[in-house]
Amino acid sequence: MEAVRFDNVKFSYEEDGQDYAVNGVSLSVEEGEFVAVLGRNGSGKSTLAKLINALLVPTEGKVTVFGMDTLDAKMTFEIRKNAGMVFQNPDNQTVASVVEDDVAFGPENIGVPREEIGKRIEFALDAVGMQEFRHATPSRLSGGQKQRVAIAGVLAILPKIMILDESTAMLDPRGRREVMEVIKRLNRERGMTVILITHFMDEALQADRAIVMHRGEAVMDGPPEEIFARSEELETYNLTLPRAAAVCKALQAAGMPVNNAFTAEELAEAICASLQRG
Amino acid sequence: MLNDVTFGQYYPAKSFVHNMDPRAKIVLVIAFIVAIFLAKNFFGLAAVFAALVFMVLLSRVPFGRVLRSIKMILFVIVFTAVLNLFFYAGESAYEPLVDWWIFTITYESVVNMVFLALRLFLLVMGTSILTLTTTPVALTDGIESLLTPLKWIRFPVHELALIMSIALRFIPTLTDETNRIIAAQKARGADFESGGLIKRAKAMLPVLIPLLVSAFRRAEDLGDAMDARCYSGAKGRTKYKKLVFSWRDLLGLLFLGGLITGIVFLNLYLGGKFDIIGQIASLF
Amino acid sequence: MRIVAKGLTYTYDPKSPFASHALNGVDLTIEEGEFYGIIGHTGSGKSTFVQHLNALIRLTGGSLRVGDYDLADKKCKFIELRSKVGMVFQYPEYQLFAETVEKDVAFGLKNFRKDMGEEERAAAVREALETVGLSYAEMEGRSPFELSGGQKRRVAIAGVIVTKPEVLILDEPAAGLDPLGKQELMELLHRIHGGWCKTVVIVSHDMDEIAENCTRAAVFSEGRVAMEGTPAEIFARSEELFALGLDVPVTARCALLLKERGIGIETDYTCRDFADKVLALWRAKEGGHAQ
Repeated sequence: MEAVRFDNVKFSYEEDGQDYAVNGVSLSVEEGEFVAVLGRNGSGKSTLAKLINALLVPTEGKVTVFGMDTLDAKMTFEIRKNAGMVFQNPDNQTVASVVEDDVAFGPENIGVPREEIGKRIEFALDAVGMQEFRHATPSRLSGGQKQRVAIAGVLAILPKIMILDESTAMLDPRGRREVMEVIKRLNRERGMTVILITHFMDEALQADRAIVMHRGEAVMDGPPEEIFARSEELETYNLTLPRAAAVCKALQAAGMPVNNAFTAEELAEAICASLQRG
Repeated sequence: MLNDVTFGQYYPAKSFVHNMDPRAKIVLVIAFIVAIFLAKNFFGLAAVFAALVFMVLLSRVPFGRVLRSIKMILFVIVFTAVLNLFFYAGESAYEPLVDWWIFTITYESVVNMVFLALRLFLLVMGTSILTLTTTPVALTDGIESLLTPLKWIRFPVHELALIMSIALRFIPTLTDETNRIIAAQKARGADFESGGLIKRAKAMLPVLIPLLVSAFRRAEDLGDAMDARCYSGAKGRTKYKKLVFSWRDLLGLLFLGGLITGIVFLNLYLGGKFDIIGQIASLF
Repeated sequence: MRIVAKGLTYTYDPKSPFASHALNGVDLTIEEGEFYGIIGHTGSGKSTFVQHLNALIRLTGGSLRVGDYDLADKKCKFIELRSKVGMVFQYPEYQLFAETVEKDVAFGLKNFRKDMGEEERAAAVREALETVGLSYAEMEGRSPFELSGGQKRRVAIAGVIVTKPEVLILDEPAAGLDPLGKQELMELLHRIHGGWCKTVVIVSHDMDEIAENCTRAAVFSEGRVAMEGTPAEIFARSEELFALGLDVPVTARCALLLKERGIGIETDYTCRDFADKVLALWRAKEGGHAQ
């Protein structure tokens, strides 16, 4: 089933402005897909994310979430129930001073009965591996833990789509790893549709599909391996290759016959195969 | 450092008082204040004091910790007391003790000063038991719940409570941020310690402006995050946490009820505060 | 300026129930001229350590000398020290405050060089802005708050380097930037390094960044220095880094995997050197075949 659809969407932050942050994007995301959206800062990728759950509505064109038009104000609530969103700064999205109260915030908003909220808190904290912190204070947690609580807060609304707007950008490597593991598991085990906005190339590699944004347009769209194989094109959009892929490319440029590799593991594999061949 | 939800005064412990319903505690503190102001003579205040000691023992908060809350407003107590000593306007039945220039000290003004100081002391101690044994979060919940009837006159109870709880939530974040900005400006040679009041206030601008900008940015982010989690005001909203009124709270209310009744009797039986000697005599 | 720390200890909130030991005896020497990397988890003590270097955190245990400044000495000229040891905090753009870029960048000068004339100051601001790759003419009168994220960060860095500190410390300078932004920032630091700025110290989580840019590095763990050396020396001990819960550069991970398969590569773990060494192996093998 089609989860998200953009039809020639344009969006400008200025009223009757010609400066489009998103400029004519058409795309479609199927339910259960894991999509990474790449692009430089200011390329329009965060705007794209906010257009999905009606935090912003298109200036031109149409965005639908499971067939619901985001321009239809009556549908806003229903759209947000289906498409949850986690933001960049882990400190700016918690409303309560106790973890479980914060996770309860969403279900409370949509009027879930009290007993059911308790169950949802349990489920959501379990899904992100934060059960033992149920009564903890968010300000005392690490960045990665805070973001996992934020994800739990969204999960408790039981959405079908999870949008992460640069949610790993402010985390240290350990925190990033924690968050990536959680969202991969959600995607794999629960069939959650994941839309991950990021500028970490190695995170994009873990997705099924990558979309590159440049000056408000979706300029590349395909499996990450395919996208990273088109390195010259990527460079024109001011994006760099994942480091392992860059090394691999250097080897190929010097004439060494190695297969395309994007991660350290693949690179070791490729080098090994090439050295032991013949 | 305000570095925790337990900021301010909260003293973590497990006790009868800690376990009480915050609503009951708020009501109790109000009753306690009423008792203080009902008491017309020193014996009434002595009864209130005895009740206070009992409550502190029950709360397992060390006396030193409770007394510390007095320190902050000691100045206010002394100041009001001294004013009362010199400018007591009531009639005096005795010769003035001191009569110099505009200052007159009479027996009544001395008694009055002591009485007032004791009242203020008891007031601060009583309310600090509430803040020492109740987390700010629980306090907010309690206030929200107690204010619920005001919804009938369209008072935004839910919004008020939400604002309070978000403010509490952001205190540690903004404190950290303030410390960071101060350090950064110090690294650029900012001097917050020397100079007069105006110079120092001016020196704070490089801290206050970024802090304000950041608070607005955070508020905007938070607004988006709340929208994304389907927030749309109090309508149709449920509440996860429910406060439970227990036997402890009932006992507490009965106790304070007893105290107030006792004070009323002491007032009727012994009369005002000035006739201390007569009152002591009448007890025997 | 040479930095020598011996037995540095520091405790946050001493005597409170929340007391935490941030530094547990740090011994570390940073020679003048290094491009030094400091690695470690959040909470490993690395930020506390660097804040000691310009006396933002006062010494409470151990000894610390920065150049001729003895920070244990109560009479040490701390303000003068701060003008020589510049510090760029994480997300420095959040500390901008003045109405114009000009005034914001000049803030440090006005504090440290009170005797400096208008013209001289303007010239210094111009130089600082140009060093970070911004045009003085375009920027000077604008409000720092209306700039893009990347420009704000540059302005903030200009505000620190405007006094030409001999030692420049940066806490996660590239955090939140996109890959190209990161690359440009590192190029900027290399441009500064070696001129008036003799020593650069960066605190970073990004092992690739350390491997590519630093001449030496220290790994902090639980308030101590767990490892110290050149990136080549540190990343050759990948297993120990994993044990500390830290990452290694992609090149080091790859080298480790190759080693398991019997292919040894001696490299400094920069991408270029790693590729060169692999190519050398391949050419040797090809050569062997040709004969």
